[in-house]
Amino acid sequence: MYTISNRLKIASIVLMVLGAIGIGIGFMSSPGTVQEAKAMVASHDDGHGGGHAVAAEHHEEVNDHGAAPEAHGESHDASHDEHLLHQLQNRPWAALYVAAFFFFMISLGVLAFNAIQRAAQAGWSPLLFRVMEGITSYLVPGGIIVFVILALSVAHMNHLFVWMDAEVVANDKLLQGKSGFLNGPFFLIRAAIFLAGWIFYREYSRKLSLAQDAATDDTNFVKNFRLSAAFLVFYLVTESMMSWDWIMSVDPHWFSTLFGWYIFASMFVSGITVIALVTIYLKSKGHLQDVNNSHIHDLAKFMFGISIFWTYLWFSQFMLIWYSNIPEEVTYYITRIEDFKLPFFGMIAMNFLFPLLLLMNSDFKRVNWFVVMAGIVILAGHYLDIFNAIMPSTVGDQWYIGIPEIGAVLFFAGLFIFWVFRALSKAPLQPTRNPFIEESKHFHY
Amino acid sequence: MASKVIHALYTDDDVLMHAVKKVKEAKHHIEEVYCPFPVHGLDRAMGLAPTRIAITAFIYGCIGLAVATTMMNFIMIEDWPQDIGGKPSFSYLENMPAFVPIMFELTVFFAAHLMVITFYMRSKLWPFKEAENPDKRTTDDHFLMEIEIHNNEDELWQLLAETGAVEINISEK
Repeated sequence: MYTISNRLKIASIVLMVLGAIGIGIGFMSSPGTVQEAKAMVASHDDGHGGGHAVAAEHHEEVNDHGAAPEAHGESHDASHDEHLLHQLQNRPWAALYVAAFFFFMISLGVLAFNAIQRAAQAGWSPLLFRVMEGITSYLVPGGIIVFVILALSVAHMNHLFVWMDAEVVANDKLLQGKSGFLNGPFFLIRAAIFLAGWIFYREYSRKLSLAQDAATDDTNFVKNFRLSAAFLVFYLVTESMMSWDWIMSVDPHWFSTLFGWYIFASMFVSGITVIALVTIYLKSKGHLQDVNNSHIHDLAKFMFGISIFWTYLWFSQFMLIWYSNIPEEVTYYITRIEDFKLPFFGMIAMNFLFPLLLLMNSDFKRVNWFVVMAGIVILAGHYLDIFNAIMPSTVGDQWYIGIPEIGAVLFFAGLFIFWVFRALSKAPLQPTRNPFIEESKHFHY
Repeated sequence: MASKVIHALYTDDDVLMHAVKKVKEAKHHIEEVYCPFPVHGLDRAMGLAPTRIAITAFIYGCIGLAVATTMMNFIMIEDWPQDIGGKPSFSYLENMPAFVPIMFELTVFFAAHLMVITFYMRSKLWPFKEAENPDKRTTDDHFLMEIEIHNNEDELWQLLAETGAVEINISEK
């Protein structure tokens, strides 16, 4: 039986406290009026003189924008200033939302991975089932937090989703046409259905998984198999719609038909990476004795393969839009390449080149510290992926990776670690009566 | 000089694996094992050196990538620049996304085909090649282990009989 160590518990609480302070600073320093917003942009240079890696690159950009209002301050109309205010007010919200969604999507990706293992009756992975179930336990708090943020958006506490603004819709024919789908109540009903379905499967599958260990026959196992197969159908549809709702609709004029797959690839690879990291951590503490380096090798193969899969989808989306060059579509990439050059191209290096070169060699996939290093880069890269998906439409060129963003990441990282390891300590780490457990113990490649 | 070899036949891959391990433990050199299908872990049990085919695959992939880049640069940029979809084709880098599918496909094509050809050459296989396996049954349901004899015929015979061989023959090679 695993018990959460005091050091880990304290570390996660410290992360949460530090993160909460960062989030609080972010909200308190956001401007309340148009005048404040203009003053902030004008003095942007002094405000962020830190030695952060992003700062150097961003500095020159900021200089340009900082100079712009002074040069033709008079010609600025009120709506532009209002827009600037909304962007600056959005920043702490967007930072909170990106981090909340990122950690939620890790557990959602693991949920899909777990369901695939069960539906495929995989023989290698049963030893890791408890780890996966531990990570998916975060679905409940993570899902509730994301839902609350979405509900607050519907309640006009922020301007993350521009289609929720009745004034904007009144002047926009395209949004009027989409309002049958994109309206507050239906949006929240959909979110509730998605979350209810995912959490129901998670809790029921976990119950069956634990019951299987105490049972004398395999009925629980068979039930779990059927449940998982049915869940995968539900998941594919709801995950895709979730990605339109929660991410694509921040830019409601733009759409991409493979967006659901693209977000799925991101959450899948992040989830598998976290399974590998948690497994390696638990092994280093002397648990999960039967997990050998062939299991780590398999997880690393998945990390490698799904990283390539993510790149394939990213590029498929990019190339078609770049090639056809239709203004309403290509604007998505123009804003990203013009205003988000470093995170946009940095993300491709971190999510594609790095895992490709690091994890290509078969022997390296068995070396724990190699997998951990690649895993940390992959996770950071996929955080940037979500960052790039949300920020351009909510914060625009006022983006920055500073206290609100890092604070939100720390807070949710702490909550994630605390919740996941607490769930891991609630049941034995090794299933005993799974029909494939012997195969998994002797898994060798 | 013709040498004498001993052939032990097995009908099960698990029995064969155990036999290989036993023979290796007794410090005999296994010349070759003929199987109707690939047996997982046999190469390691026989003490064969790990394959280097993956390294050649990487090199071939790089060659494919270079060929694709050079080829597309010549065709689309240097020799006959074309304006497709409003993209002026005077710079390879600016048009790179359009060439990525070709770069990818040729990387895979070169890696796959050259790897197969390398494997055939390394295994001394080519069209109309006479089969080398000493017993036809190894293409059906028998496994055959071949060990060279160095004045230890009886000892080997004894050892192989113990490992569960269904048939043991001695032949000139």
